[in-house]
Amino acid sequence: MSVEPTTLAASADSPAGKRRRSASLARDAGIIFGTAVILFMIAIALAAPWLGTKNPAEINPTLRNRTPGFEQTIRQDDGSARSFTYRMGTDSLGRDIYSRVIYGARISLIIGASVAFLSVALGLVIGLIAGYIRWLDAIVMRLMDGLMAIPAILLAIALVSLFRAGLASVIVAIVVPEIPRVVRLVRSIVLSVRTEPYVEAAICAGTSTPALLARHILPNTIPALIVQGTFICASAILIEAILSFLGIGIPPETPTWGNIMAEGRGLFRLYPHNIFFPGICLALTVLAVNVLGDGLRDRLDPKLARRV
Amino acid sequence: MTGYILRRLAATVPVMLIVAVLVFLMLRLTPGDPAAIIAGDNANAEQIAQIRTRLGLDQPLFTQFFIWFANILHGDFGESFFFKKTVAELIASRIEPTIALSLFTITLAVVIAVPLGVLAAYKQGTWIDKIVMGFSVLGFSVPVFVIGYSLIYLFAIKLNWLPVQGYQRIADGLGGFLIRLLLPALTLSVIYIALIARMTRASVIDVLGEDYIRTARAKGQVEIKVLFRHALKNAAVPIVTVIGLGVALLIGGVVVTESVFTIPGLGRLTVDAVLARDYPTIQAVILLFSFVYVLINLIIDLIYTVVDPRIRY
Repeated sequence: MSVEPTTLAASADSPAGKRRRSASLARDAGIIFGTAVILFMIAIALAAPWLGTKNPAEINPTLRNRTPGFEQTIRQDDGSARSFTYRMGTDSLGRDIYSRVIYGARISLIIGASVAFLSVALGLVIGLIAGYIRWLDAIVMRLMDGLMAIPAILLAIALVSLFRAGLASVIVAIVVPEIPRVVRLVRSIVLSVRTEPYVEAAICAGTSTPALLARHILPNTIPALIVQGTFICASAILIEAILSFLGIGIPPETPTWGNIMAEGRGLFRLYPHNIFFPGICLALTVLAVNVLGDGLRDRLDPKLARRV
Repeated sequence: MTGYILRRLAATVPVMLIVAVLVFLMLRLTPGDPAAIIAGDNANAEQIAQIRTRLGLDQPLFTQFFIWFANILHGDFGESFFFKKTVAELIASRIEPTIALSLFTITLAVVIAVPLGVLAAYKQGTWIDKIVMGFSVLGFSVPVFVIGYSLIYLFAIKLNWLPVQGYQRIADGLGGFLIRLLLPALTLSVIYIALIARMTRASVIDVLGEDYIRTARAKGQVEIKVLFRHALKNAAVPIVTVIGLGVALLIGGVVVTESVFTIPGLGRLTVDAVLARDYPTIQAVILLFSFVYVLINLIIDLIYTVVDPRIRY
């Protein structure tokens, strides 16, 4: 959206100008909030061993299902006492929920980042090829239509059932349903750009197809891909939690937010803390990524922002 | 018009065929011999070979696909490895809760989300708008099961107003059926409400700038009629589209919601089938859900021409 400098100056104090400024303030507030929360979560994930945590997999049969704030005093051989507070209580195997939640941030962030990167990268390559090489387009897009006709979570569920449970298979299972959405986006941008005069000029100048795609077409897709990648990151974190919650994702001994909640399902009526603490972390992280995505979209891709 | 319907139908067939090929290949590439699994642990090689011939598993992959596909067209989805029933029987016994939950959710979502979206558009930029949009972002971010457990905690455990979990068949009394379905439907509708409200707001804002809205106001039309008769009607196409596309979210949510509320529907069946590696059931459920999803969007495409006579194909 380009505005003449004079118009902008004239409208700065008008109601419309104020509204525009407050809108951009809200947008930047979103970017700042989102980034801050994400950085906070990354810091927690990296600093997990030094945040007063204990081994998140350590089972303690004598301390099962303790409520948040429970204090355990351990008497040592020399007579001195050392105490450990279970800030978020323990689960039905006596594991410390606080430590599991802190370590769980690692898996969620790894999944979010790697799924976003892989689906954008693969979708970009397929989309560029489909958009530029016409005879391949029909075949690739029919395949993408077929993949998109299967609801994303269902496809992910089916894919995890094919492999042995683990981080890599969960990542693959979440990436595959996301690829067609990226391909469609990239392809539509390629189709609209390829008739631009500068692209035609580059063709006339004898630029090779790979160079043309990389130098003249690819840069046009980047703003939209950054926005799309952010939203994919948010949905990947959610889908991983759903798979783990259903008991078909990451193996249960690994601390992930979904696994903590899955473990807490059975005794939810008595000990809701097993679900609430990881649930709040999960919701906060996904919210931050979504808000960041909204802010980035308004800033980088105003055409899209006007639609939704 | 008829030509358009036929063309649209013709475009749907290849998509479904590709889905079928994908689902077939995906689950045929898995390790394990289906014939040996069906035969059970005590079968000898001869019995397994017999079953293999009966299922056509000794044929080339290409032929196998056509046997499998022809069977599906006859409603034969094969035999469940785990439940020792035909998959068709299994699905028939689990379909009622899922249909009930989905319809209840869609109704609830549309009834809440559309007025909310119109209100946000009308009050654009005010705190009402901000609350609705904030709720919408939140709805996209809080996972379905966290919403579900929060609602159970509040309404069933603390306030004791509604039953915690479970399902009652519609044949066993309409009251109990609806009461037990209320919390799951509310849970599932949150993300759907977020989606529809957002789209309604955007679409109505676009339309509110049009000349005919000014004309309607100029002639003294009551504001509520301007919003719902003039604006909403013209803004309907994107809203209806997103309701159709949102069915994919709904199907994903059904799987989780049924697990949270222990509802014996198709979603729960999907999870059980994956846990038991019951591939024929997984295949059938995915095909069924995808078919319904594609069909709903096909119907919606056809509804456009009714909702908006300006659209001609």
